[in-house]
Amino acid sequence: MKEIKIVVKDLNLFYGDKQALKNITLDILAKRVTAFIGPSGCGKSTFLRVLNRMNDLIDNVKTKGEVFIDGVNIYDKSLDIVNLRKNVGMVFQKSNLFPKTIYENIVYGPKINGIRDKKFLDEIVEKTLNQAAIWDEVKDRLNENALSLSGGQQQRLCIARALAVEPEIILMDEPASALDPISTAKIEELIHDLKKEYTIVIVTHNMQQAARVSDQTAFFYLGELIEYDKTTTIFTNPGNKQTEDYVTGRFG
Amino acid sequence: MELKKRKKDFSGAIFLGIVRLMFFFLVFVLILLLGKIFIEGIGVISLEFLIDSPKNNMTEGGIGPAIFGTIAVTLLMVIFTVPLGVFSAIYLNEYAKDTFFTRIIRTSINNLAGVPSIVFGLFGLGFFILFIGKNLDEILQTGLLFGQPALLWASATLAVLVLPIVIVSTLEALNSVPKSHRDASYGLGATKWQTTKNVVLPQARPGILTGTILAISRGAGETAPILFLGAAFFLPNLPIADLCIGGYCIPMINPTEQFMYLAYHIFIMATQSSNPTKTLPLQYGSTLVLIVLTFLLNITAIIFRYRFRKILGRL
Repeated sequence: MKEIKIVVKDLNLFYGDKQALKNITLDILAKRVTAFIGPSGCGKSTFLRVLNRMNDLIDNVKTKGEVFIDGVNIYDKSLDIVNLRKNVGMVFQKSNLFPKTIYENIVYGPKINGIRDKKFLDEIVEKTLNQAAIWDEVKDRLNENALSLSGGQQQRLCIARALAVEPEIILMDEPASALDPISTAKIEELIHDLKKEYTIVIVTHNMQQAARVSDQTAFFYLGELIEYDKTTTIFTNPGNKQTEDYVTGRFG
Repeated sequence: MELKKRKKDFSGAIFLGIVRLMFFFLVFVLILLLGKIFIEGIGVISLEFLIDSPKNNMTEGGIGPAIFGTIAVTLLMVIFTVPLGVFSAIYLNEYAKDTFFTRIIRTSINNLAGVPSIVFGLFGLGFFILFIGKNLDEILQTGLLFGQPALLWASATLAVLVLPIVIVSTLEALNSVPKSHRDASYGLGATKWQTTKNVVLPQARPGILTGTILAISRGAGETAPILFLGAAFFLPNLPIADLCIGGYCIPMINPTEQFMYLAYHIFIMATQSSNPTKTLPLQYGSTLVLIVLTFLLNITAIIFRYRFRKILGRL
């Protein structure tokens, strides 16, 4: 029996009057990679942002339904959203490092969580940069501006920064869409390594990528979850005509 | 294929001619103005001129008290206006929701920048001196201390005058911080205040500084609003009082005194002089000092803005 990390029940989301997500129900497995695929505007990124309540930052968004992480409803009124986001890290489509040094970018999260001990912070930096497989490339330039790194390095640094607050779940919103093939391969390798310890949810436009990195795949279309199954099943033997059309490249 | 020869673009040439003419005319006027002030003014500038008080009905001596007064007033003005302006802008940009009410406030701030400065002067007289000052005197039983024109009220009035500059430039600076950086911070579990303090404000700082400096150079050059607010015709004594704490005395700006002010001093010399031929060179000298002062402030602002853009350009 596989461990279930996130349970979503009857989730509906509205931007003003417009419904962006319709009755989404699915379970996300612990320490697996779950990919969300679908054409632009299908709601997959919006749904990703449901999982750490980033949609709360947008005016006019109304969310109905329940999302349980380890049995706790994250849309409960008494929930500490700040604490939720510590446990559910996020990597964005475009690298959004702060215009600070590499070191300061990594320790930003730990510092706002009250860690002040310099030695401990140093340890966190080395550990997370190693986890993100970028330590060897940056260990001699930790005090340089993070924005001087290449695009691929910046994105891996973003992943390291997310790891520094020790989340259990990592959400990735098209993390490689702006990168060249070599950097993309590195990110995918990294995702593969990270799933030993973390539950990873990734939104991607790139179907080959979803096929390569994920264990489970969810296909979204017009705000609805059309099909959700093992990745191999979705790509080789989909149960739904729309899914088949999409994964074979007939539309999208 | 038949390729055509280029036709002459007459209307374009005429337009270019007009634009060019206007441009050179403007440069010419500017050079004439600044050149005249520089040539006539540089002769009288000396260390004594910058330090001494005016003498002999302003036909001799220097502008020391006027420079001191200008610096004292603008300093106090900055102390009043920067916290007020920056915090209002932070509230408007980061916390307040976009409602009808906040839109009215934003528009009002922009309109405030267009109000003639003499109106601010009258406002200062009515509100600060006659209302706040008089009532303070009554409450504190200080006789006639606050309820009269003084440095304090001139600074406060100039602070209100330049407030829109500070607010608007701070709003712009806050707005230019990318949303993605805020998202990154929230995504790491930061609160709103932590995000504002650690991510937004450090990046907005150069823009806020630029606004502050522009506000100073605007305030330092104003004459009309301080006419009724304590700018003195002639006052050789500096508005200074000793502040004593436990036996130690430090000379401090005394905000209840009247003061001399460079811009007002130039106005007085130009309009009230008993001997215009002898006052004229001093007038040029004072004007040069004021222009150099504001010019230096503006240069500083430009340098800040340049560095700010360079940082943003890399993102």
